[in-house]
Formats: sequence, structure tokens, C-alpha cells
Amino acid sequence: MSETTVDKHHHEHDDHHHGPEAGLKRWLFTTNHKDIGTLYLIFSFIMLFVGGAMALIIRIELFEPGKVLLDPEYFNQMTTMHGLIMVFGVIMPAMAGLANWLIPMQIGAPDMALPRLNNWSFWLLPFAFSMLFSTLLMKGPAPDFGWTFYAPLSTTYGPASTDFFIFSIHMMGASSIMAALNIVVTIFNMRAPGMTWFKLPMFVWSWLVTAFLLLAVMPVLAGCVTMMLMDRHFHTSFFNAAGGGDPLLFQHVFWFFGHPEVYILILPGFGVISEVISTFSRKRLFGYVSMVYATIMIAIVGFVVWMHHMFTTGAPLAAQLYFMYATMLVAVPTGIKVFNWLATLFKGSITFETPMLFALGFLVMFTMGGFSGLMLALVPSDYQYRDSYFVVAHFHYVLVSGSLFTILTAVYFWLPKWTGRMYSETLGQWHFWLSVIGMNLTFLPMHFLGLAGMPRRIPDYALQFTDFNQICTIGAFIFGFAQLIFLYIIVKACFGKSTGHLSNQVWEGAHGLEWGLPSPVPYHTFETAPVIK
Amino acid sequence: MQRCFWRVILFLSILISFSANAAHELNMPYGVTPISQQIYNLHMAAFYICCAIGSIVFGVLIYSLIKFRKSKGAKAAHFHEHLGIELLWTTIPFLILVALAIPATIVLQRIHNTDESSLTIKITGYQWKWKYEYLDQGIRFFSNLSTTLDQINNKAPKNKWFLREVDKPLVVPINTKIKLLVTSDDVIHAWWVPDLGVKQDAIPGFIHENWMQIMKPGTYRGQCGELCGVNHGFMPIVVEAVTQEQFDAWVKSNREAKVIQSQQIEKKMTENELLTLGKTAYERNCAMCHQPTGLGLPPSFPQLKHSHIVTGPKDSNIAFILTGVPGTAMAAFGDQLDDATIAGIVTYIRNSWGNDAVNFKNKNPTLVTPTDVMKVRQKTSGV
Repeated sequence: MSETTVDKHHHEHDDHHHGPEAGLKRWLFTTNHKDIGTLYLIFSFIMLFVGGAMALIIRIELFEPGKVLLDPEYFNQMTTMHGLIMVFGVIMPAMAGLANWLIPMQIGAPDMALPRLNNWSFWLLPFAFSMLFSTLLMKGPAPDFGWTFYAPLSTTYGPASTDFFIFSIHMMGASSIMAALNIVVTIFNMRAPGMTWFKLPMFVWSWLVTAFLLLAVMPVLAGCVTMMLMDRHFHTSFFNAAGGGDPLLFQHVFWFFGHPEVYILILPGFGVISEVISTFSRKRLFGYVSMVYATIMIAIVGFVVWMHHMFTTGAPLAAQLYFMYATMLVAVPTGIKVFNWLATLFKGSITFETPMLFALGFLVMFTMGGFSGLMLALVPSDYQYRDSYFVVAHFHYVLVSGSLFTILTAVYFWLPKWTGRMYSETLGQWHFWLSVIGMNLTFLPMHFLGLAGMPRRIPDYALQFTDFNQICTIGAFIFGFAQLIFLYIIVKACFGKSTGHLSNQVWEGAHGLEWGLPSPVPYHTFETAPVIK
Repeated sequence: MQRCFWRVILFLSILISFSANAAHELNMPYGVTPISQQIYNLHMAAFYICCAIGSIVFGVLIYSLIKFRKSKGAKAAHFHEHLGIELLWTTIPFLILVALAIPATIVLQRIHNTDESSLTIKITGYQWKWKYEYLDQGIRFFSNLSTTLDQINNKAPKNKWFLREVDKPLVVPINTKIKLLVTSDDVIHAWWVPDLGVKQDAIPGFIHENWMQIMKPGTYRGQCGELCGVNHGFMPIVVEAVTQEQFDAWVKSNREAKVIQSQQIEKKMTENELLTLGKTAYERNCAMCHQPTGLGLPPSFPQLKHSHIVTGPKDSNIAFILTGVPGTAMAAFGDQLDDATIAGIVTYIRNSWGNDAVNFKNKNPTLVTPTDVMKVRQKTSGV
């Protein structure tokens, strides 16, 4: 090596500006997409254990009829917090974390387009959730009206802490809007030369669509909670029939946000699955173009089906018919995605590493969740399913084995790239099988409970529901404690000793820009844009 | 992978045998109304269609996972597009959906047809009880949970119909089309009885219609289906379907009972009578929140023991119960309970948990008569 002094100086200069800062400051002030992605993922992981612990508390109370542990009041607070944390504190931040880590690397960009905004959108979250948790320590009850916080239970009858809840929702919304904005701007402006729209990886495509969904509906949620605040304190009557308003207006506004929200939770996961199934089948994704269009179709139709959450509210026949047909239509693009994944597997060369196992687990159980979704779309049957445990089973099949499993898939898939260390395959397999068994033990019996007439959100139940509830509780504990294996795997992969040199590609069938980078990836990547042929 | 596969099969078979052995309902009830039975048939049709699609999807999946394994030397093919097959799996599901939408539309139209009903019952949800009003018969009553708190708190053995029993069930004739007008007095509730195929949200300020025509005499049970606050899990519904003759007799006896009741109120009640009535009424209406011990569940439900209201002037004590406390879970009972019952409750709480000693010290009365309640009622409604 024959470096001149000038070169040496230049290098030191570079390091000074481009390496990570030491200590806490690195994490507080970072504008690096990888650091922020890590922060999002750690935050989401902590919240997973908090929300999971609440789920276990709920399941203990439901282990047998009669009071087991909790007053009904505290039970309602637990169901409310569990829902809010899992949706806003686990799934959404985890997806944002994956987006931060992967989108710049997958499109050949050096960082996100708006790095300071990126820092802010993450750091709003811990404060928003601190505020939400503070309500548990207040003198009056914490929010106890379910994560759907229907008026007038949350307005006229809401506890005083509801105002803290409203403000924390505002902060979470602001955080999500900024993250989504950043992602849209990045994908539009920072693609490497030659990275045309139809060369974008599926993960980037699905996040692009998701980001537009977020931009469209998070302000609606903000409007919804603002109207609540007005009703509570400024004598308006948006949701109060006594003042000329309508409690159903709340449900319309909420579900206009809420239905696209469920696609926000699942679409990025679809992108992950497309990449993983194609990698471990060692075969190109089947029907890439139709996958892209199906994602866009799901998003568009997702805007016009919100009233299927309100079929029993006394909606007029015409409205019910329209929303039933539109909802059934969602099955078509979703079906296309499942069939395309199947066709990708077909005649592939398949191996079963942990990410692939989670992806296949997703495929089977998400399809089951899709089936119960189709059944729920039929209004007459929905009269019997609505607000019963059948609905609880349905949305846990699509959100746990859908969103959560896709996040686990993604973490296993890209962890070697991020850390440069291979996770323990044996432990990964244990984690998968215990999760799948626990998850099904928890949620499969809930279908039967719901059909037999057990409503959701009750702290105590009639004797005939005992057996299945006990199975659910046992399953929940298996599922919950299996995640400790995951914690161990992650800690070991981040801080354990090196597992030897990993190739750039890591997985035999992996394709895409990120797999051309060294493992672990350097702090800065693609400072010079790659050129895509 | 082979091992994993068998593990899954083993797990599923254990689960299925467990489910089959459990002598419990796995499925939606067939029910006893035309609508519940049509819903059941639609539900089963959708279920079988899902099973058929599922067996194809999972069949292909399992086949691929067994057949195209790298460990078995499978080499990946190179195809990644086929317009024809894409169109095929867009069109076929669409047609299946149309086939499913047609019967759903027909059943839905029937659900909406409340014409030609010969009995109208107005159902009002309260936190946490139901009010039933037979609009043509002039009968009106509240239906409360009758399971005791001791059973809920595991201090007494549980009844067969734990949490699914009420003091006064809704009595209806069979083979009669009954129109239900559903509304609420406070938050949103939902009146749901699976056997009758009816779930109708009760929305404050609005009345929505539904209907039922029960074809078989019997007792049908359900409960509130929409989160409505702390005791959402404790507001069951019991419907007793009887023959027309039995129903007519029930209507008649109800009218007579009402006359006797109003005569009783005029009669002066002794303190003992009031205490007995008050204790029962307290346990039914108040104990769920304020607890049998009078200690409440703070902070939501204040304790009544040594409470400044219960040990204060009797008129303000009565007024609290009559009008409730807006913005809290304390409902206005003026509309729900008669003067004698409220007098009983007030007498009971002013005498219990050591409140009598405090009242005695403060020189406040512990005995409250129905006449006292009537006076406060006139005063508060006059304002």
C-alpha cells in the first residue's frame, strides 16, 4: 500500500464525519437509515413483550369462569392497551424499521431522502407510548373502551385519561405520516439509475403502496380523535345524538381509517413473503407484474369497504349489499397473490431454512384467515359472527400469522446481512414450531367459541365455553414464551461471537442489490449509486 | 422436513380429536327462526366452498413442498409468467364469489323485511341491563343478571346457567312475527341471541328494526354483543318462547301484578320490609359496581361505606340514585326502579357497613319511605 499523507488525512476526515458517533448520542441524533431502522425494530420488540404480557394477563383471566385475577375494569384496560400496542407499537414500527433498513439498500440509495425527519418520526414514538402507559398509573381508569374506542363509550362515558390517549394517538399519527412521507419521497427520487418502476423489488413496491395508504388515512384518524376531544371538552356533538350528532359517525370515520389500516399492517409483509419464497425456491417470483397490480388493487378496494365492520349497526339494505359485494371483491386480488406464491414454489428447488418456514407458516395460516374473512363478508352470516370470538380468531390469524410472522420472516432473512452473523438454525426451527403450535392452539378454538356464541371483550363467560378457553390460554403461553427463544437468537446474533465469514449473497437463491453488499453491511452504502442494467 | 410434516399432522389430529371429544358445540347453532336457519345454511355453504378451495390450495402447496425439494435433487424451472393462468385464477374465484353473493343477497332481503309483524317489542339497552316494552300490551320491565356475585367471585358453586340467567326473561309467543325496535339509553349495546339469528346494535338516539319468528317453544339465551363498559360481560338475554295461550295468560297476570304493586306502595312499609326489599334490590342493581361489601371498586366505583352522600341528608342521597351522575357509570335509576324499591335501597345502604352509626352521630335519618322518594322525584322532575 502506498498511501500519500494527503490520502491518509482524507481518510481520517471521512471517518470522522461518516462513522457512527459513540455512545448514546449515536442513537439520539442519528440520521442514518440503518441506525433508525434498528431503533424502530428494538422499540417494536420491546413493545411486543409488553403487549404480549398483557395478552397473557387477559388469557389468565379467561382460563376459567369466575373472577381469576382481574376486576372487569382492569380487564377492559388490558384488552384496550393490548390492541393499541400491538397495532401501533409493534406491527407498524416493525414495518417502518424494515423499510428504513431495506428500502435504501434495495433501490441503491445512500440513505432515506429526509434523514432528519426520519430521526424525528422515530423519536416521537417512545414519547407517545410513555404518555399512553402513564394512563395506567393515573388515579382514574386508563382507557377501557377497546382499541376501536367507539363513541359514546369513549366520549361522554370515557375516563379522564382519554385525553392522554387522544394526544398519544396524535403523536403516533404524526410519526407514521412522516415515516410514510419519507418513504414515498425516497422511492420516487432516490432510485439508482436504471432502477425502473417494474424493476423495483416487491418489498419496495408494497411499501410504496402502504405509504400512500398511510398518508391518506392517518389524518382521518387524527380528525376522528380531534372530534372526540371537541365532544369531550368543547361542547360539540359530533357523536352525541342528544346534540344532533350520531354515534355511528364515529364508526364511519374510525373505520374509514381502520380498514385501510389493516392493509397497512399486512401489505409490507406481502412484499417480504414474495422475496423469501422466491429466494428459497431458487426461482423468480411468478407473475411479478400481476403481483404489483394486485397490491395496488387491494389498496384501492380497501378504501371502499369500511362499512363491513358495521353490518349490525342498522345499516340500510342498499349499503349492506354494496359493502358486501365490495368486500368479497377483495378476495380476488388476495387470491392472485396466494396463487402466485404457489406458482413460485411449484417446480422450484425448495429448502426449509427458518425464514422459509415462517413464510410457509404465513402462507397457510393467512389463507385460513382469508377464508374466515370471506365468511365474515357475507352480511347474513356476519349477523352471527360480528363481535364474537370468531372475529377475534379471524383477525388474529391475519395479524399474528400474517403481519407478525412476516416480520419474523424478514428478521431471520436479513439478520445475517445486518449483523454479519448467522443465527442458530436449530433454535430458529424450535422458535418456528413452538410459535406455530402455540399460535394455532390459541386462535383455532376461538372460531368454535365465537360460533357457539361467546362475545369478545368479556372478562367472564358462561360454563359451556370453559374447555376451549383453557386450550386458548395454554396455547397463548406456549406462543408467548416461544418468543423468548427469538430474543435469545437476536441477542446472540447481535452480540455473540462471530460465526465465521458470510458471503455477500448469504442465501443461495437471494437476488437484489442488498445481497451484493458485504455482510455485515458497512455503516454507509451506495454512496456512489450502482447502475442497474 | 418429513419429520416436521408428521409433527404437524400429529398436532392436527390431536386437536381434532380433542375438539370432537369435547361435548360442546363447535358450530353455529341451527336455531329456531327461519332467519337463523337460513343464516346457518349460508354459513355452511361458505364453509364448504372455503374447504374446497383450501384443499386445492393446500394440496398444491403440500405437493410442491414434498416434490420440489432441493434435498431430493429438484432443479428450479425458469418460468415466471403465464397470462392465461393468471386470467384463470382471477376469473374462477370471481365466479365463485358471485355464486355465493346471490343466496347472501336473498337472505339479507328477508332479514330487512319487518312487514306484517303482529307483536312489537321495544328493547332498550342500559348499562348493564335490558328494558323490554310490549308497546301494544302496555307491559314494561327491566331484565337483570340474576347470577349472584358470590358465584362470580368463586365463593359459591356456579349454576348451570352461570352469567346466562336473568330475573325476568323476555316472554314471547311462538309462530308469531315479532318486530324488535332496538335502541339504547347510554352507550352502544347489541342484542344478540344466536338461536334466534338476531344481532342488532342498540344505538343511543336511534331506533333500528329487526324481527324474529320463533318456531319452537323453549328458552333461548344470549348476551350483549358490543363492548359497553365495565359490566359488558354481565348483561345476558333470556328469551322464553311459549304458546300463544300461555303468552296471553302471561300478559294477563302481568297486568294484574301491576295493579297489586301500585296498591302496595300506598301501604306504609315497615323498616324491616324496606330493608329486606332493599337488600335484594341492592344486590341486583348496585352490588356489581359498589360491591356487596359497600367498598366499591375505586377509582371508578366509589365506596358507599362511610360515603359522605350515604351519610348525608337523605334527600340528596335519593336524588343521586334518581338522576345518576352524568359522565360517570352511575346511571339514573329514576326511570328503572319504583319508589318502594329506591326507598328500600336507600334505607339499606344508610343502615349497612357502619353507616347507621355515622348517620346517628350526624343526626341524619336512616329510614327512607316511598313517600320521601316520591317527593324528591317530583322535585327533580319539576326542575
